[in-house]
Amino acid sequence: MASYPMRIRARARDGVADIKVLIEHPMETGLRKDASGKLVPIHFIQNVVATCNGKTVLNAQWSQAISKNPFLGFKIKGGKPGDKVNVSWVDNEGMKGSIDATVEKA
Amino acid sequence: MDSVRRTFLKMAGAAGGLAVAMATGLVRIGEAVAAWDKAAFGQKSAKAAVSDIGAASAVESKDIHIKAPEIAENGAVVPVEVTSNIPNTESISIVAEHNPYPLTAIFTFENGTEGYVSTRIKMGKSAPVKAYVKAGGKYYVASRDVKVTIGGCGG
Repeated sequence: MASYPMRIRARARDGVADIKVLIEHPMETGLRKDASGKLVPIHFIQNVVATCNGKTVLNAQWSQAISKNPFLGFKIKGGKPGDKVNVSWVDNEGMKGSIDATVEKA
Repeated sequence: MDSVRRTFLKMAGAAGGLAVAMATGLVRIGEAVAAWDKAAFGQKSAKAAVSDIGAASAVESKDIHIKAPEIAENGAVVPVEVTSNIPNTESISIVAEHNPYPLTAIFTFENGTEGYVSTRIKMGKSAPVKAYVKAGGKYYVASRDVKVTIGGCGG
Protein backbone atom coordinates (compact mmCIF):
# COMPACT_ATOMS: atom_id res chain seq x y z
CA MET A 1 0.00 0.00 0.00
CA ALA A 2 1.30 3.34 -0.97
CA SER A 3 2.16 5.65 1.85
CA TYR A 4 1.73 9.36 1.62
CA PRO A 5 4.18 11.34 3.74
CA MET A 6 3.18 14.68 5.24
CA ARG A 7 5.14 17.67 6.39
CA ILE A 8 4.03 20.40 8.75
CA ARG A 9 5.33 23.69 10.05
CA ALA A 10 3.56 25.44 12.93
CA ARG A 11 4.79 28.81 14.14
CA ALA A 12 3.17 31.39 16.37
CA ARG A 13 3.65 35.13 16.27
CA ASP A 14 1.57 37.91 17.85
CA GLY A 15 -1.12 35.53 19.10
CA VAL A 16 -1.65 33.78 15.77
CA ALA A 17 -0.33 30.34 14.84
CA ASP A 18 0.58 30.02 11.19
CA ILE A 19 0.23 26.41 10.04
CA LYS A 20 1.57 25.10 6.75
CA VAL A 21 1.00 21.52 5.65
CA LEU A 22 2.22 19.50 2.67
CA ILE A 23 0.77 16.11 1.80
CA GLU A 24 2.28 13.87 -0.83
CA HIS A 25 -0.75 12.60 -2.71
CA PRO A 26 -1.39 12.01 -6.46
CA MET A 27 -4.75 13.85 -6.48
CA GLU A 28 -5.88 12.09 -9.66
CA THR A 29 -8.83 13.78 -11.37
CA GLY A 30 -10.06 10.69 -13.18
CA LEU A 31 -9.70 12.64 -16.44
CA ARG A 32 -5.99 12.00 -17.02
CA LYS A 33 -4.74 9.20 -19.27
CA ASP A 34 -1.59 7.19 -18.60
CA ALA A 35 1.09 6.38 -21.18
CA SER A 36 -0.97 3.53 -22.63
CA GLY A 37 -4.00 5.76 -23.08
CA LYS A 38 -6.02 4.31 -20.21
CA LEU A 39 -7.82 6.66 -17.83
CA VAL A 40 -6.17 6.84 -14.43
CA PRO A 41 -8.88 6.22 -11.80
CA ILE A 42 -9.98 9.17 -9.73
CA HIS A 43 -8.09 9.30 -6.43
CA PHE A 44 -8.14 12.41 -4.29
CA ILE A 45 -8.29 13.68 -0.72
CA GLN A 46 -11.86 14.55 0.24
CA ASN A 47 -11.58 15.70 3.84
CA VAL A 48 -8.94 17.42 5.90
CA VAL A 49 -9.48 18.15 9.57
CA ALA A 50 -7.17 20.23 11.74
CA THR A 51 -7.28 20.38 15.52
CA CYS A 52 -5.51 22.55 18.07
CA ASN A 53 -5.20 21.07 21.58
CA GLY A 54 -7.91 18.59 20.59
CA LYS A 55 -10.44 21.18 19.37
CA THR A 56 -11.36 21.29 15.69
CA VAL A 57 -10.14 24.50 14.07
CA LEU A 58 -10.51 23.74 10.37
CA ASN A 59 -12.68 21.35 8.44
CA ALA A 60 -11.97 21.20 4.72
CA GLN A 61 -13.74 19.44 1.88
CA TRP A 62 -11.69 19.11 -1.29
CA SER A 63 -12.46 18.23 -4.87
CA GLN A 64 -10.09 16.51 -7.28
CA ALA A 65 -9.07 19.99 -8.49
CA ILE A 66 -6.74 20.59 -5.56
CA SER A 67 -3.21 20.24 -6.98
CA LYS A 68 -1.10 17.11 -6.70
CA ASN A 69 0.89 17.03 -3.45
CA PRO A 70 -1.52 19.45 -1.79
CA PHE A 71 -0.46 22.47 0.17
CA LEU A 72 -2.64 23.90 2.92
CA GLY A 73 -2.01 27.03 4.94
CA PHE A 74 -4.24 28.39 7.71
CA LYS A 75 -4.05 30.55 10.82
CA ILE A 76 -5.23 29.76 14.32
CA LYS A 77 -6.25 32.81 16.32
CA GLY A 78 -4.85 32.62 19.85
CA GLY A 79 -2.36 29.94 18.82
CA LYS A 80 0.81 30.01 20.92
CA PRO A 81 4.07 28.12 21.25
CA GLY A 82 3.49 24.72 22.84
CA ASP A 83 0.00 24.22 21.37
CA LYS A 84 -0.53 20.77 19.88
CA VAL A 85 -1.76 20.74 16.32
CA ASN A 86 -2.97 17.71 14.38
CA VAL A 87 -3.88 17.57 10.71
CA SER A 88 -5.62 14.46 9.36
CA TRP A 89 -6.98 13.59 5.94
CA VAL A 90 -8.96 10.87 4.22
CA ASP A 91 -9.30 10.24 0.49
CA ASN A 92 -12.04 8.77 -1.72
CA GLU A 93 -10.53 5.30 -1.36
CA GLY A 94 -10.60 5.50 2.42
CA MET A 95 -6.86 5.96 2.76
CA LYS A 96 -5.86 8.14 5.69
CA GLY A 97 -2.96 10.21 6.91
CA SER A 98 -2.21 12.28 9.96
CA ILE A 99 0.56 14.42 11.39
CA ASP A 100 1.15 16.09 14.75
CA ALA A 101 3.13 19.19 15.53
CA THR A 102 3.89 21.43 18.46
CA VAL A 103 3.62 25.14 17.68
CA GLU A 104 7.01 26.84 17.81
CA LYS A 105 7.92 30.43 18.39
CA ALA A 106 8.30 32.26 15.08
CA MET B 1 30.01 14.76 15.77
CA ASP B 2 29.04 11.25 16.61
CA SER B 3 27.08 12.29 19.66
CA VAL B 4 25.06 14.69 17.54
CA ARG B 5 24.22 11.86 15.22
CA ARG B 6 23.21 9.66 18.10
CA THR B 7 20.94 12.36 19.54
CA PHE B 8 19.38 12.67 16.13
CA LEU B 9 18.74 8.95 15.92
CA LYS B 10 17.19 9.02 19.36
CA MET B 11 14.88 11.82 18.25
CA ALA B 12 13.95 9.85 15.15
CA GLY B 13 12.99 6.95 17.40
CA ALA B 14 10.79 9.23 19.47
CA ALA B 15 9.11 10.42 16.29
CA GLY B 16 8.34 6.81 15.47
CA GLY B 17 6.57 6.47 18.80
CA LEU B 18 4.62 9.56 17.95
CA ALA B 19 3.47 7.96 14.73
CA VAL B 20 1.87 5.18 16.75
CA ALA B 21 0.13 7.74 18.94
CA MET B 22 -1.09 9.46 15.81
CA ALA B 23 -2.76 6.30 14.60
CA THR B 24 -5.31 6.73 17.38
CA GLY B 25 -5.97 10.21 16.03
CA LEU B 26 -7.07 8.66 12.77
CA VAL B 27 -10.24 7.45 14.41
CA ARG B 28 -11.29 11.05 14.83
CA ILE B 29 -11.21 11.88 11.15
CA GLY B 30 -13.27 8.78 10.46
CA GLU B 31 -16.14 10.47 12.24
CA ALA B 32 -15.60 13.84 10.61
CA VAL B 33 -15.55 12.39 7.13
CA ALA B 34 -19.31 12.13 6.87
CA ALA B 35 -19.46 15.65 5.50
CA TRP B 36 -18.45 15.69 1.86
CA ASP B 37 -20.90 17.58 -0.31
CA LYS B 38 -21.26 15.05 -3.09
CA ALA B 39 -24.02 16.98 -4.87
CA ALA B 40 -22.20 20.32 -4.98
CA PHE B 41 -18.81 18.82 -5.91
CA GLY B 42 -20.48 16.83 -8.69
CA GLN B 43 -22.01 19.86 -10.41
CA LYS B 44 -20.61 20.73 -13.82
CA SER B 45 -21.77 24.32 -13.82
CA ALA B 46 -20.48 26.88 -11.35
CA LYS B 47 -23.97 28.29 -10.96
CA ALA B 48 -25.44 24.95 -9.87
CA ALA B 49 -22.55 24.25 -7.49
CA VAL B 50 -22.88 27.68 -5.90
CA SER B 51 -26.60 27.18 -5.53
CA ASP B 52 -25.96 23.79 -3.89
CA ILE B 53 -23.74 25.27 -1.21
CA GLY B 54 -26.43 27.87 -0.53
CA ALA B 55 -24.50 30.85 -1.91
CA ALA B 56 -26.73 31.71 -4.90
CA SER B 57 -27.60 35.11 -3.48
CA ALA B 58 -24.05 36.02 -2.43
CA VAL B 59 -23.32 39.75 -2.28
CA GLU B 60 -20.07 41.13 -3.69
CA SER B 61 -17.66 42.22 -0.99
CA LYS B 62 -14.46 44.24 -0.99
CA ASP B 63 -13.51 42.66 2.32
CA ILE B 64 -12.50 39.43 0.62
CA HIS B 65 -9.04 39.35 -0.90
CA ILE B 66 -7.98 36.70 -3.36
CA LYS B 67 -4.29 36.38 -4.07
CA ALA B 68 -3.66 34.43 -7.26
CA PRO B 69 -1.41 34.90 -10.29
CA GLU B 70 -2.84 37.00 -13.11
CA ILE B 71 -1.22 34.60 -15.53
CA ALA B 72 -0.65 30.99 -14.48
CA GLU B 73 1.79 29.25 -16.75
CA ASN B 74 1.02 25.87 -15.28
CA GLY B 75 -2.69 25.19 -14.83
CA ALA B 76 -1.87 22.15 -12.69
CA VAL B 77 -0.53 24.29 -9.87
CA VAL B 78 -2.20 27.65 -9.33
CA PRO B 79 -1.54 29.12 -5.88
CA VAL B 80 -4.66 30.69 -4.39
CA GLU B 81 -4.79 32.54 -1.10
CA VAL B 82 -8.05 33.91 0.28
CA THR B 83 -8.34 36.34 3.18
CA SER B 84 -11.75 37.35 4.50
CA ASN B 85 -11.88 40.45 6.67
CA ILE B 86 -15.61 39.97 7.22
CA PRO B 87 -16.25 39.48 10.96
CA ASN B 88 -17.26 35.96 12.03
CA THR B 89 -16.23 34.32 8.78
CA GLU B 90 -17.50 30.75 9.02
CA SER B 91 -16.33 29.31 5.74
CA ILE B 92 -14.53 30.03 2.48
CA SER B 93 -15.43 28.12 -0.70
CA ILE B 94 -13.26 28.30 -3.81
CA VAL B 95 -14.82 28.00 -7.27
CA ALA B 96 -12.86 27.89 -10.53
CA GLU B 97 -15.67 28.85 -12.90
CA HIS B 98 -14.63 26.99 -16.04
CA ASN B 99 -13.31 23.78 -14.53
CA PRO B 100 -15.08 20.51 -15.42
CA TYR B 101 -16.24 20.47 -11.79
CA PRO B 102 -16.04 24.12 -10.67
CA LEU B 103 -16.37 23.71 -6.88
CA THR B 104 -12.81 23.16 -5.72
CA ALA B 105 -12.87 23.34 -1.95
CA ILE B 106 -14.91 24.31 1.09
CA PHE B 107 -12.98 25.39 4.18
CA THR B 108 -15.01 25.65 7.37
CA PHE B 109 -13.47 27.46 10.33
CA GLU B 110 -14.19 26.58 13.93
CA ASN B 111 -13.13 27.82 17.36
CA GLY B 112 -11.84 31.15 16.14
CA THR B 113 -9.66 30.16 13.21
CA GLU B 114 -8.91 33.18 11.04
CA GLY B 115 -10.80 33.66 7.80
CA TYR B 116 -7.75 32.80 5.78
CA VAL B 117 -6.69 29.88 3.67
CA SER B 118 -3.86 29.19 1.28
CA THR B 119 -3.76 26.30 -1.19
CA ARG B 120 -2.93 25.31 -4.76
CA ILE B 121 -5.56 24.37 -7.31
CA LYS B 122 -5.78 22.92 -10.82
CA MET B 123 -7.35 24.97 -13.58
CA GLY B 124 -8.41 23.55 -16.93
CA LYS B 125 -8.52 26.93 -18.60
CA SER B 126 -8.56 30.66 -17.97
CA ALA B 127 -11.39 31.59 -15.66
CA PRO B 128 -12.52 33.78 -12.82
CA VAL B 129 -11.59 32.23 -9.49
CA LYS B 130 -14.28 33.06 -6.98
CA ALA B 131 -14.23 32.94 -3.22
CA TYR B 132 -17.58 32.59 -1.44
CA VAL B 133 -17.47 33.56 2.19
CA LYS B 134 -20.14 32.62 4.69
CA ALA B 135 -20.42 34.99 7.65
CA GLY B 136 -23.30 35.43 10.04
CA GLY B 137 -25.42 33.09 7.93
CA LYS B 138 -24.98 35.23 4.77
CA TYR B 139 -22.82 34.69 1.72
CA TYR B 140 -20.37 37.17 0.20
CA VAL B 141 -18.27 36.78 -2.94
CA ALA B 142 -15.14 38.13 -4.59
CA SER B 143 -13.62 37.23 -7.92
CA ARG B 144 -10.24 37.29 -9.60
CA ASP B 145 -9.41 36.44 -13.20
CA VAL B 146 -6.64 33.93 -13.78
CA LYS B 147 -5.24 33.34 -17.25
CA VAL B 148 -3.92 29.85 -17.81
CA THR B 149 -1.35 29.15 -20.51
CA ILE B 150 -1.08 25.38 -20.45
CA GLY B 151 1.90 23.68 -22.06
CA GLY B 152 3.55 27.02 -22.74
CA CYS B 153 2.05 27.26 -26.25
CA GLY B 154 1.86 30.98 -25.77
CA GLY B 155 -0.17 32.80 -28.38
